[in-house]
Amino acid sequence: MSAAPLLEVQGLAKRFRGLQAVDGVSFAVPRGGIVALIGPNGAGKTTTFNLIAGVIVPDSGSVRLDGVDITGLRPDQACRAGIGRTFQLVKPFAGLSVLQNVMVGALRATSDMGAAREASWAILERLGLADKAESAASSLTLAERKRLETARALATRPKILLLDEVMAGLRPTEIDQMVRAFADLARETGVAILLTEHVMRAVMALSHHIIVLHHGQKICEGTPEEVARDPQVLECYLGHAPAAGGT
Amino acid sequence: MLFLNIIVAGLLTGAVYGLMALGLSVIFGVIRVVNFAHGEMMVLAMYGAYVANAATGLDPLLTLPLVTLALFLFGYALQRGLINRYIARPEHEQFLLLLAVATIITASLLMGFGPDARNVQLDYAYDSYQVGGVLLDKVRVLAAGGAVVGAAALWGFFRFTRTGKAIRACADNQVGAQVVGLDVKRLYAVTFGLGAACVGAAGCLMLLLVDVQPYIATDYTLLAFIIVILGGLGSMPGALLGGILVGVSEAVSGFVIEPSFKSAFSFALLILVLLVRPQGLLGRA
Amino acid sequence: MSGLSPRGAAALGLFLAAMLVLPLFANAYIVSVLVVVLFAAYFGQSWNIMTGFTGQLSLGHALYVGLGAYTAAALFVHWGLLPWVGMIAGMAVAAVAGGLIAALSFRFRVGGVYFALLTIAFSEFTRILFGHFKWVGATEGLFLPVSNLTHDDPLRLRGSPTMFYYLLLAMSLAVLGLSHLLLNRRIGYYWQAIRENEEAAASLGINVFRCKVLAMALSAALTAAGGGFLAFYDNNLYPDTAFAIGRSIEIITAPIIGGLGTLFGPILGAFLLTTLGETMTSLTSGLEIAGLKQWLYGAALLAIVALQPAGLWPWLRRLLRLEERRR
Ligand SMILES: Nc1ncnc2c1ncn2[C@@H]1O[C@H](COP(=O)(O)OP(=O)(O)OP(=O)(O)O)[C@@H](O)[C@H]1O
Ligand SMILES: [Mg+2]
Repeated sequence: MSAAPLLEVQGLAKRFRGLQAVDGVSFAVPRGGIVALIGPNGAGKTTTFNLIAGVIVPDSGSVRLDGVDITGLRPDQACRAGIGRTFQLVKPFAGLSVLQNVMVGALRATSDMGAAREASWAILERLGLADKAESAASSLTLAERKRLETARALATRPKILLLDEVMAGLRPTEIDQMVRAFADLARETGVAILLTEHVMRAVMALSHHIIVLHHGQKICEGTPEEVARDPQVLECYLGHAPAAGGT
Repeated sequence: MLFLNIIVAGLLTGAVYGLMALGLSVIFGVIRVVNFAHGEMMVLAMYGAYVANAATGLDPLLTLPLVTLALFLFGYALQRGLINRYIARPEHEQFLLLLAVATIITASLLMGFGPDARNVQLDYAYDSYQVGGVLLDKVRVLAAGGAVVGAAALWGFFRFTRTGKAIRACADNQVGAQVVGLDVKRLYAVTFGLGAACVGAAGCLMLLLVDVQPYIATDYTLLAFIIVILGGLGSMPGALLGGILVGVSEAVSGFVIEPSFKSAFSFALLILVLLVRPQGLLGRA
Repeated sequence: MSGLSPRGAAALGLFLAAMLVLPLFANAYIVSVLVVVLFAAYFGQSWNIMTGFTGQLSLGHALYVGLGAYTAAALFVHWGLLPWVGMIAGMAVAAVAGGLIAALSFRFRVGGVYFALLTIAFSEFTRILFGHFKWVGATEGLFLPVSNLTHDDPLRLRGSPTMFYYLLLAMSLAVLGLSHLLLNRRIGYYWQAIRENEEAAASLGINVFRCKVLAMALSAALTAAGGGFLAFYDNNLYPDTAFAIGRSIEIITAPIIGGLGTLFGPILGAFLLTTLGETMTSLTSGLEIAGLKQWLYGAALLAIVALQPAGLWPWLRRLLRLEERRR
């Protein structure tokens, strides 16, 4: 395993009119690593994702993936460089079937329709959506749509998956299932995962490393145990969101 | 001097165009529906003024309040009864709906009046004022004056009345408006009514200047599109500015180049503005 | 798109067979109406690629009809080029025009309603321009020589309406096949993804800009081929009819009524609207009331959009179970 991290974010910053949404954030995600980006509502997590995935161009700072500078690429270019992402506010292809949704992603990696169909089936099975494959995406529940987002992104064969609150709205048993599915995924395929989540139970169980954002700034990072003990983190969380369960 | 006369004439006609386009702009700005039947409603109003004149000999300026009210009620009913159900539907369905409405309006006018051009006879049709060497047609001055009054009345309505303020709130944030208990569907109906009232007034004024026949409706629809996109779809001052711009450019290009080129000039202007500044001259980004 | 069920395949086969033998039994009037139907179907199918598959509302497709018609006709009149060669040239011209319009709009992030109105503006602008284009006859019109052939000559596109009928049928079926093929390829999936959600499509690595420009260029080229054909069927061309906004509206009404984005919607819509129009004409012809026909037509449109806003084909195929069921 090479020592260089897979994803390397340096001094990323973005200002919206008067608001510094992301303020000089730096962190790294190693190959096959599972890293969580947490923080209260409005901390800048989704904005950070959008900066990495090319939806927003950063005011300053850089993003490197696998040694390649991908700062300021368009979203489709970022995807081809190896970024797979989900949307916090889900964006399914509502008029297509679940399988077709995933196939759109799979066609990134192959132009052979049969191969894309097979790859999509495998991913649907892994994420527990196989029995819905022929349903219209518009008929899915919110929790299922979030899984569909994950499946679609995964089908593009990314080097790193950015998961934006994909476990919101799940029941505890479902969360445990998803945690297992993601841990297996990272171990078996070697894909790295960067996730944001308000469900602390999932964050603690899944991530190797946690980064805490607050008002756009990184206030601390470390292993789950270290972060849980950090006084700054406790303070910013006690004032805002409940520590577990999500809002 | 002749050139100046032409520019002023275009400016005055443009004010009426502006009032007509204002209606389209208000409807789109609030309801987010493009009124593809806008020109048809304009022509409907023109026939309204024509009928009133033919029956009683009254000047369209005098029957204007009545025609405007009639168009308001027409627009209100149309939105309440029909368009409200298509607010959240895809654009092409809204298009088809308004196309059907437009077809029915034009067909009804054809059935009622036939395809021939109609106009009103005014005893002051050829009067004009001389202001500092510039010749002003009396009909144009009256029409432009009426348009300015109409636009000011609409502005006042949005500015000072409760309903007007509620409609603006609704345009800014539809969900928020629903949350605070505003009856969005009724406000939409009032808005479409107001948009129709604009063409109601504009139609009466336009009849002072030109003949009317059923088939010119599409031209007015296109004209209104050009104007509001130039000025910025949803912007009230933009619609007036766009109207005046188009009025002047039509007059000048018709004179300098060739009459048949005048709308080509407007379309070219539109294409240019859309490509350089898609939100229009005064529209918000 | 899901495949046809056995019932659906049977229905399609029956329909095709009927279309093939119909001219043998029909009189000249019926054949001429069927030609109108096929033109509407063909143009609707071509437009459907842009708006139905890719989701970009174009309201100015008469532009490509006109470009295709004028290119083919002018090349024939001035240089004696075969119609089919002229049609290919017209397709190229239209593809460039459509691609350019799409590229300009989408580069400047003009979308939705604004894009729709921009397509009208380009079409109207070109109409007025052609009114001053002397080489193609300006407003005086461009005329194709009508020769008194005793036999059909498909190569020179001179012949009876029945010949045009069969050629058009072949063209319409070709576009049907092409649409089916594309929808089940990568590009078709990409187009539909863009139609459903552009941002999500981009996040999956789709070059949204390029796909949209490609859809427009292809749609324009296919439309132009029909336009070239129309020129040789009508034998005369005027800017005000070739590029008429009314034509743009006609082109898009059939697929919307039939079912936007579906394979058979444009064909079904073309049949319905044309027969509706013809029925209205014959119903009202004795009455001599100007506007009655349009009134009934408008009322019928209103009824359809009120009762089946998603189009008649999706409803019909559910009713008759013509497609394999999903879910
Ligand atoms: N496009 C935008 N324009 C203006 N402000 C924005 C925009 N996107 C985000 N913001 C603001 O930036 C801040 C950070 O938002 P962001 O969505 O990144 O937070 P988050 O950490 O993902 O929060 P949550 O946990 O609620 O998802 C918020 O105050 C938000 O209102
Ligand atoms: Mg977020």
